[in-house]
Amino acid sequence: MLRLRSIDASYGRVPALRGISLHVGHGEIVTLIGANGAGKSTTLAVISGLLRAQAGEIEFEDRGVTNWPPHRLVRAGICHVPEGRQVFGALSVADNLLLGAYSRWRGAGRTQALADMKQQFERFPRLAERRDQLAGSLSGGEQQMLALARGLMSRPRLLMLDEPSLGLAPIIAQQFLAEVQKLREEGLTVLLVEQNARAALRIADRGYVIETGRIVLEGTAQDLLDNPEVQRAYLGKGYREVWE
Amino acid sequence: MRLGEGAAPRTGNGPGRGLCHIGDPPHVPESRAEPPTRGRGLFVSTGAHGEPADMTLLEQVWQFILSGMTTGGTYALIALGFSLVYNATGVINFAQGEFVMLGGMVTAASMTAWGLPLWLAALVGIAVTTVVGVILDRAAIRPARNASVVVLIIITVGASIFLRGLASIIWGPDERPVPAFSGNAPIAVLGASITPQSLWVMGATLVTAIAMWVIFEHTVVGKAMRACAINAHAAQLCGIELSRMVSWSFALAAAIGAIAGIVLAPITMTQYNVGTMLGLKGFCAAMLGGLGNGLGAIVGGLVLGVLEALGAGLVSSQYKDAIAFIVLIAVLLIRPSGILGGDTGGED
Repeated sequence: MLRLRSIDASYGRVPALRGISLHVGHGEIVTLIGANGAGKSTTLAVISGLLRAQAGEIEFEDRGVTNWPPHRLVRAGICHVPEGRQVFGALSVADNLLLGAYSRWRGAGRTQALADMKQQFERFPRLAERRDQLAGSLSGGEQQMLALARGLMSRPRLLMLDEPSLGLAPIIAQQFLAEVQKLREEGLTVLLVEQNARAALRIADRGYVIETGRIVLEGTAQDLLDNPEVQRAYLGKGYREVWE
Repeated sequence: MRLGEGAAPRTGNGPGRGLCHIGDPPHVPESRAEPPTRGRGLFVSTGAHGEPADMTLLEQVWQFILSGMTTGGTYALIALGFSLVYNATGVINFAQGEFVMLGGMVTAASMTAWGLPLWLAALVGIAVTTVVGVILDRAAIRPARNASVVVLIIITVGASIFLRGLASIIWGPDERPVPAFSGNAPIAVLGASITPQSLWVMGATLVTAIAMWVIFEHTVVGKAMRACAINAHAAQLCGIELSRMVSWSFALAAAIGAIAGIVLAPITMTQYNVGTMLGLKGFCAAMLGGLGNGLGAIVGGLVLGVLEALGAGLVSSQYKDAIAFIVLIAVLLIRPSGILGGDTGGED
């Protein structure tokens, strides 16, 4: 469904990605794990058009979409829920959701969007209770829900989540990931970026390990969970005393 | 002496009439009573109806406040334009004043050149200015969108000089009158007098402010523009096309500037270079109210207008223009975020 071939990207003169290749199959949950600054978020930014790829190709549903502008990619069915939630704090919950459907607001899209909003409120009753509140006044977990719901309003076929559990209480993070699994059962494909590698690998089918802008390991989630290198570097097993 | 004797018959004035003429300035047709030197012009209109010496101080202050609200109304509109573009781009558009000039000049020119009625000429003025605003964005701002904000601001300064030059080539250096929308008969308001045109200015400010509120609170495009101001990245990820929103903001800012120029033109007349000072005053007003804050722009404009009027009336009219800049400096020193600017969001 999504395929990256040898993507290079950089921030100014600082190279951030070197020859990233990966693919995500239809209906899969694929996770990208890696340390801070390894290039996970950058990879998502390149896919969603926020950052230009300097080399390489991106294909989505058999179409070349390399360096399309973000709004076209949203229309094509790619949704990127950014790190740190980034809800529109000064707008109401309902307005945040409506803006999520901005890409298809014209004509019939308007009634569709309103129907979708109702659906999101059924999925996340907490948001329904707070629909007229400013998004900035919600708790972290609620904001993450809102960011997800806002993303879903664009009716994506590929959902990219960047560090959704960051700053959430463990129980809330777990609930969130359970929600992601539910979405996959509804037919969505998910590309998940997580610091919490264990939690991510538990719900994922496959995973990629990214280090200083390169993919260094790829495998099924179970393989990665069992890999001693991954265990040592990302799962905190074995050398725990060294870290402390 | 000989010169005087020679001049009198030529203008057809007997010596007696000449005397009467000198002693009775208020009966000269108002809008041309005095050469509206820039900046002072606004006060001429109210001043022309006389500020008799027997006015109490309180009445005078009230009169100054009223005329200050008139000036302030136009400052508020110009400040709104600054805030709109600032919110969308982070750029302070120093060509905003030229939008004001263009609104007035196009209106005046299309009345004289094509004999259009005032209302139609005003619409033409707004339309042409709006198009110029969009062209400014597409031709000057968008090609440089990856440049730093400072570079973009300098581009707007350049655009402002260009537009001013273009206006002086097309329309010449002369001042152009626009007739008052509904006569010049002053209206008494609680002891002070106000021209109908002042009411037009205040009305236009009010209507524009309400229109902005409706756009930004109740339309999806308006909300999308706000979303871009809050978080441009997240807005793009929602499928909002940033460059289109920037065009919208330039279009709206230009239209509002044009409205300000048109309602103001009958009071001060208009000229190719009126935009410079008005733009700077509008900028002061925007800073005073809190740059990027719509309500702040209105409040800042009105406060600045009233302060100017009071300063000019009670201290000296020579300091009128200085007052705006003293206020600006004070704001920058004491409260850089302005009266209503809550967050000095350093989100870049």
